[in-house]
Amino acid sequence: MTIPVVSMENISFAYEEKTILENVNLEIPRGAFMGLVGPNGGGKTTLIKLILGLQQPNQGSIRILNQPVRQFRNWNKLGFVSQKANAFNRGFPATVFEVVSMGLTAKVGYLKFLTKKHKEKIMQAIDQVGMLEYARENVGNLSGGQQQRVFIARSLVNEPELLILDEPTVGVDQENVKRFYDLLHQLNEERGITLLLVTHDTGIMTEHATDLVCLNKTLHFHGEPEVYTSLSGEDLSRIYGHPVNIVTHNH
Amino acid sequence: MLADFLQYDFLRHTFLTGILIGIIAPLLGTFIVVRRLSLIADALSHVTLAGIAFGMMMEKKFAVTFLTPFYSGMAFSVLGSILIEKLRGVYKAYQELAIPIIMSGGVGLSVIFISVADGFNTDLFNYLFGSVSAVSQNDFLLILVISIIIVGVVALFYKELFTLSFDEEHATVSGLHAKRIHLLFIVLTALVIAASIRIVGVLLVSALMTLPVAASMRLAKGFKQMMFLSVIFGELAVMIGLISGYYLSIPPGGTIVMVSIVILLLSIGIKKLRPNLSKVRESE
Repeated sequence: MTIPVVSMENISFAYEEKTILENVNLEIPRGAFMGLVGPNGGGKTTLIKLILGLQQPNQGSIRILNQPVRQFRNWNKLGFVSQKANAFNRGFPATVFEVVSMGLTAKVGYLKFLTKKHKEKIMQAIDQVGMLEYARENVGNLSGGQQQRVFIARSLVNEPELLILDEPTVGVDQENVKRFYDLLHQLNEERGITLLLVTHDTGIMTEHATDLVCLNKTLHFHGEPEVYTSLSGEDLSRIYGHPVNIVTHNH
Repeated sequence: MLADFLQYDFLRHTFLTGILIGIIAPLLGTFIVVRRLSLIADALSHVTLAGIAFGMMMEKKFAVTFLTPFYSGMAFSVLGSILIEKLRGVYKAYQELAIPIIMSGGVGLSVIFISVADGFNTDLFNYLFGSVSAVSQNDFLLILVISIIIVGVVALFYKELFTLSFDEEHATVSGLHAKRIHLLFIVLTALVIAASIRIVGVLLVSALMTLPVAASMRLAKGFKQMMFLSVIFGELAVMIGLISGYYLSIPPGGTIVMVSIVILLLSIGIKKLRPNLSKVRESE
């Protein structure tokens, strides 16, 4: 059996007396396309922060690429596209090339400059997300969907093993959401990048994801997306604490 | 027109110092503006004023001469910058609170030191609005050293400063030491402000850091280009401002800032005339 990219054992996390996560056990297998769903305040963002080492669990252990998270230093193996990426300062005068180059800042290291080889890598990453013709444009002038792809390129430039996306399609129009998922699908299938995607859209997950995880303080479901969508309304209401409708997408 | 500047020592020092601050002020200003910290420059300049007043008081009341107002201003500025960083850590959700706290503290201290040092005088007027004749050879040499340090540090840490300014969360996730780099940056800012005050004055130093950037932001494609344009605009403003200030007998702070504003208005005008300059928002 291959080693999972992330494995969390018995994770509990509380923020000022308020329990956010309780006894969460989760493995993200290599090559998975995992969707993470759950109600707001259910701990999705906290789970991501724990994986990224931005917060420490009160209890339990987390291993990233088979290393305890506290000792893990190879952070550029983990790409992260935040929800806020879309809400960045649009007036910031940076070209697509400059934004993607920032992905390499930590990897290249202090007191070193970007070499020609780095620049080629940057252009490759921009090409992969289909933004080559915009490489010299200010990123603030692009549409929401284009910007989100630029932020993915910023992670890709590090050749990550795991790409974490926190509701990346908020504010992207429906047409481009589909293209966005096609891109993720391609990265997952062709480049073997493991994906963890926080979303509210369980419908579209059935189309792309290999695993679906539902989190509300504890793990309520972990399995194939098809099984999740076949759950009865009653089961879902139990998870979410209120009635839920699933919107299916028929493409 | 330049003849006087080349002929007299004090004017030559002023002119050379002007060339230097025309580079370093907009250079750091680019980062300050994109990080939405424009007011920090103002807060620090007022702390610098407190330092200057402190130096004057020591000179007049206690006959301490080794601590000139220029040096004590610089020391206060650097201390103030460190305090701002600390305060921003204390009020995480209201980081801008650090600015009025430090600014009013600076003004409060200035008032006390100034009155102990027997009140207003020409020297102080020069510090507030800048002067064409205030730069001594020693001041110039110190500003030269500071400028070399600043240009060097910005070149060496360019990618870190840029990455942090754009997206602090992402930068931290990828493993950058955000806190240390912020501290380094704000100390550099304090040095630039202290260095520039001789020429532009306490009240107008922040303008030299922000107005050229505001102008180039309208025109530039990308960050490096913006930085480059800012420095060009900054140099233009300092040169034209210094020379016209000298011939019109006006403190250069006023003329430098007015030239900056003219450049800013021109850049806005150009953008209006050519609205498609950097619009690309095409369909995907």
